[in-house]
Amino acid sequence: MNASFAELAARERLAAVVDAGSFHEWLPPSERVMSPHLAQLGVPAAFDDGVAIGRARLAGQAIFVAAQEGEFMGGGVGEVHGAKLVGLLRRALRDRPAAVVLLAESGGVRLHEANAGLIAVSEVMRALLDVRAAGIPTLILIGGANGCFGGMGIVARCADTVVMSDIARHAMSGPEVIESAHGAGEFDSRDRALVWRTTGGKHRWLTGDCDALVEDDPHAFRAAAIAALAVHRPMTLADLQQESALLQGRADVDGDNADAVELWSRLGVADAHGVPDLDADEVRVRRPAAMALLANGAA
Amino acid sequence: MAGMETLHYAFDGGRALPPFAPALVGVVASGNLEVLVESSPGTGCRIDVDTSARGFGPIWEAVLRDFHARHGLGGLVVSIHDMGATPAVVSLRLDQAISAIGGVTP
Repeated sequence: MNASFAELAARERLAAVVDAGSFHEWLPPSERVMSPHLAQLGVPAAFDDGVAIGRARLAGQAIFVAAQEGEFMGGGVGEVHGAKLVGLLRRALRDRPAAVVLLAESGGVRLHEANAGLIAVSEVMRALLDVRAAGIPTLILIGGANGCFGGMGIVARCADTVVMSDIARHAMSGPEVIESAHGAGEFDSRDRALVWRTTGGKHRWLTGDCDALVEDDPHAFRAAAIAALAVHRPMTLADLQQESALLQGRADVDGDNADAVELWSRLGVADAHGVPDLDADEVRVRRPAAMALLANGAA
Repeated sequence: MAGMETLHYAFDGGRALPPFAPALVGVVASGNLEVLVESSPGTGCRIDVDTSARGFGPIWEAVLRDFHARHGLGGLVVSIHDMGATPAVVSLRLDQAISAIGGVTP
C-alpha cells in the first residue's frame, strides 16, 4: 500500500497494473519512432514519443494496453504519440483483445506540433469509439500528477469505463487555461483546494463522471481494471438520449455554476463540506443514486 | 537544430558484455534525461548525447569518462536525450541503465 501510482513513471505503472512480466511492447524505444517536429524546434525528443503501447495479460486475459508519460511534454499528444495510440486501437479491431486499457496522463494536444497534434487527438477519439462500438471494453485509468486534460480529457469520456484516484484530475481546460481566459476571479489556478474539488477524482465520482474511485495505489488501479474488464456500455441512440437527459438534470441542479461543495450538497451528498478530507473509501459510499446512473456502476 | 547540442563520445578497451536486450531508464523532462542502452559487437562503448543545454561538452566528457572508468564495460551503445540534468543525475541514470541490463553497479 506504500507505492504511489502518481509517482511512478508510465512504464512502471504499466508493469504494476498488468500481470507480472506479461507486457510485450510494440514500437519500443530501440525502434526510435520519434517526433519529427521536436528536433526542428531544437527540443530533445523521446525514444518512445512519450507513450508505450503493446499487448499484455490482465487476470490472465489478453489485453492491449498503452501508458502515457506525463513527465515528457506534460503527456502532450504529438503526431507520433497519437499515431501509436491509433495504431494500437485499430489493431484491437482486427485482433479483438478482451479489452483495451489506457493509462492516461496528458495535458492534451502537444502544442509544439500544432495541427498535427490536434489531428492526432481527434483520430484517437474516432479510433477509440470504433473499438467501443465493436463491443471491445475500453478502460481509461487516470492517476498521474498531471491529470488528464484537453483532447485526452475528451478521449477518456469516450471509453466504457473511467477509473480515477482521489488525487487524479480530469477536465477539459486546465486551471491555468481557464484563469488565462477568464481571470483569477473566475478560477484561481493557484488555489489547490479549489482545483482539486473542481477537477479531482472525488468530484468526478460524486457527479457520475468516473466509474471507479480508488486510492493512489497501483494495486487498487489493477483491481479496478480487472473488475471493469468485461464492462461494455452500448452506444445506441436510446442510451445516448438517456445519458443526455441525466446530464441535463445535473446541469439543472447546478444552475448558477455553484462551487463543487455546494453542488454536492444539492445532489444530496451527506456532509459535503467534509468530502475533501475523506479517504476514497469514505467518498465512494456517498455517491448520490442519480449520479450513479450516469456512471456504469463498475465499482 | 538550433537550441540543441549533439555530442558523441567513444571509449575502447572495456569488458565486452554478452548480447543483451535494450533497456530504457529515465524520462526526458526538465532536469532529467532518458538513457537507452543497446548491445553492440566488440569492446567499444559509444555514447551519443542530445542535450537542450548547449556548451557543456567538457562536463559531459568528464561525467562519461568517469562512467566508463567505473564500469569498464564494452559492447554497448548508450544514447541519451537530456533536458539539463545535473552531472550527478546523469551518473545515477547511467548506473541505473547498467543495472537494468543486468550489469553490476559499483
